[in-house]
Amino acid sequence: MYQYTEFDRQFVHQRAAQFRDQLERNLAGTLGDDEFRPLRLQNGWYIQRYAPMLRISVPYGELASRQLRVLARIARDYDRPDAALLKTAQATQDELGNPRAPKLRYGYGHFSTRQNVQFNWIPLVKSADVMDLLASVDMHGIQTSGNCVRNIASDALAGIAVDEIADPRPFCEIVRQWSTLHPEFAFLPRKFKISINGAREDRAAIAWYDVGLQLVRAADGALGFQVRVGGGMGRTPTISPVVREFLPWNQILNYLEAVIRVYNRYGRRDNAWKARIKILVKAEGQRYIDQVEQEYRQIIEHDGAAHTITQAEFDRVNACFAAPQRHLEQRDTDAKVEDILRAATQGDAEFARWLQRNVQPHKNPDLRAVTLSFKRLGFAPGDATADQLDAAAELAERFSAGEARVTHEQNLLLPWVRHEQLPELWRAARALGLAKPNIGLLTDMISCPGGDFCSLANARSIPIAHAIAERYQDLDELHDLGEIDLHISGCINSCGHHHSGHIGILGVDKDGREWYQVSLGGADGSTLSGAAQPGKIVGPSFSAAEIPDVVEALLDTYRSLRQPGETFIASLRRLGAEPFKQAANGARHVADALAA
Amino acid sequence: MKLMTANQTAIDNDGSPPETGQVLALANDVDPCELALDGVTRIELNFPKFTDGRAFSQAFLLRRRLGFAGELRATGDVLIDQLLQLKRSGFDSAVLRADQNPDFAQRQLERYPAFYQGDVGSSAPRFAATRSSEVQA
Repeated sequence: MYQYTEFDRQFVHQRAAQFRDQLERNLAGTLGDDEFRPLRLQNGWYIQRYAPMLRISVPYGELASRQLRVLARIARDYDRPDAALLKTAQATQDELGNPRAPKLRYGYGHFSTRQNVQFNWIPLVKSADVMDLLASVDMHGIQTSGNCVRNIASDALAGIAVDEIADPRPFCEIVRQWSTLHPEFAFLPRKFKISINGAREDRAAIAWYDVGLQLVRAADGALGFQVRVGGGMGRTPTISPVVREFLPWNQILNYLEAVIRVYNRYGRRDNAWKARIKILVKAEGQRYIDQVEQEYRQIIEHDGAAHTITQAEFDRVNACFAAPQRHLEQRDTDAKVEDILRAATQGDAEFARWLQRNVQPHKNPDLRAVTLSFKRLGFAPGDATADQLDAAAELAERFSAGEARVTHEQNLLLPWVRHEQLPELWRAARALGLAKPNIGLLTDMISCPGGDFCSLANARSIPIAHAIAERYQDLDELHDLGEIDLHISGCINSCGHHHSGHIGILGVDKDGREWYQVSLGGADGSTLSGAAQPGKIVGPSFSAAEIPDVVEALLDTYRSLRQPGETFIASLRRLGAEPFKQAANGARHVADALAA
Repeated sequence: MKLMTANQTAIDNDGSPPETGQVLALANDVDPCELALDGVTRIELNFPKFTDGRAFSQAFLLRRRLGFAGELRATGDVLIDQLLQLKRSGFDSAVLRADQNPDFAQRQLERYPAFYQGDVGSSAPRFAATRSSEVQA
């Protein structure tokens, strides 16, 4: 993991002090709400449906045990609504209908699709205390919201993937530092998200980002980036074009400066829905690319290429990401074998399934990457209670050199697990309810917090996720259905990445009631999903009650039409959407349809 | 950084002797690289809203790209919480919005001893600057 220097540490403390000053002026009435708003947003503080939401930056998803413990403490001590607020909130939620919807919960952190951690109930008056607490473990909420360069996302297997071209993390960190409190780029037309992938497989959804960087090697072996600009979800789902096939690695900051400067000057500011860089790139096409290249040349030739990454800086940062030593006390072989056998007998097929679904290969053949599943009944996807966060910290310490990673799919991954410890880890994770062998399967769905918390949402996501998960608890069935990406967003802002789901569900608002649009065939760009593309909408929207039936109809269609070994998305691509559409529309509840 | 309130500039403009040289007020959509800057002593860049960041890029271009050495003044919706960014982007004066309290301004400018990336004041990022200072030390 990146090791904070004294400067880095002071910097986050100064940031926390600056935020406290802003908060105090706001509470004293000398800093108006409108003026405070972008300042708090750039520290991760939203005002949501019932309470503020804090988004904490987890750079490229990496968390140390000590950081997980502080997140646990925040969940336990700060993520608490007072009784009156909770009562009002629950009553308001109940009015939305759906008596089977889970009740509002508090006292937990939420893993977001961009590898950050969110809390939903911290009172604003305590916000500065939380920032101080975070700073004590080298954490912050800098630029996790607002119209600025956001936290950099990456592959959860960065640095350990068997198909890696180069480790993206040093570049993520260097770009993070460069973008932190950049004086010119704090008030862009709109938010700006960068994702960096270092492996052959795109596990960082780079084509969906404002900037997507793919590490590549030139014919002569030189390392560089293929640069994509102008992707995004939202109202206008857009796959970014490649604007440069090869950029030497040490030029990335200079090039980003050009990309963002042209956007800052010419991106639309008259309409928030048209302000993302994708709209500028679409409108200007090659002219945008030419402008960026011209600006880049000026930065190099005229301005002196000041942000060319030096070898010394790369080496300094890269050294932080050296693989940890994973020597364990030698135990004799008999004990290991006994251990594995015991696990196998106790767990039957479940252990085997866990090995198959939740354990991934590693660059180091002695090690494995293990995903703790935060997709289990009774919890919203990606939610972790205070105790679970503490327990995860403990597991990371015992089994993974004190490191865990938040994945894009809203789970926690342990990147440094010795293979002979797998049975022991499995038992420990299972005791915590975090060993569900469902990674990559239907119930490993992505979902935003939706209308339970978010003030932007048109509809709730959590009850939909819950209803689908409830229906598909049978592990045999789940494994038979195989790998599938189910993504749920509560509104068109697409935090639940519905556009890239093989099945995407989008909350829409019609006559003040919750409705859901279903789309098919979206892809994040992974090998399983194929080239990144938005899904296509099935037809008129469905009621909340219909959605589980629609999903079931889609899956039944797949099961009846699939060829041996064929995944859902492969069947859909082969057959086309038509049979699936028919099945989905056939699942409408007739009475509801007439009423609507 | 020279701070003014809207009232003070009015007084300056009425009472003080007319400035020698030329003052240019630029709209946000003007490309500074297309301007003739000979004889210009002050350029005013406007913030129609404090969240509209185009003038930061204009300021950068004027200073770094065009070498403009005169005064760069921020006008419009200028708040004390953006002064640090203004200064780092090359502004040397700002007309604060009428409701702003200049007494709170100074501490906003002194909050951070250093930054990661280069800016108009010091072009090298911290990693490049650190290395040279370590060599000296």
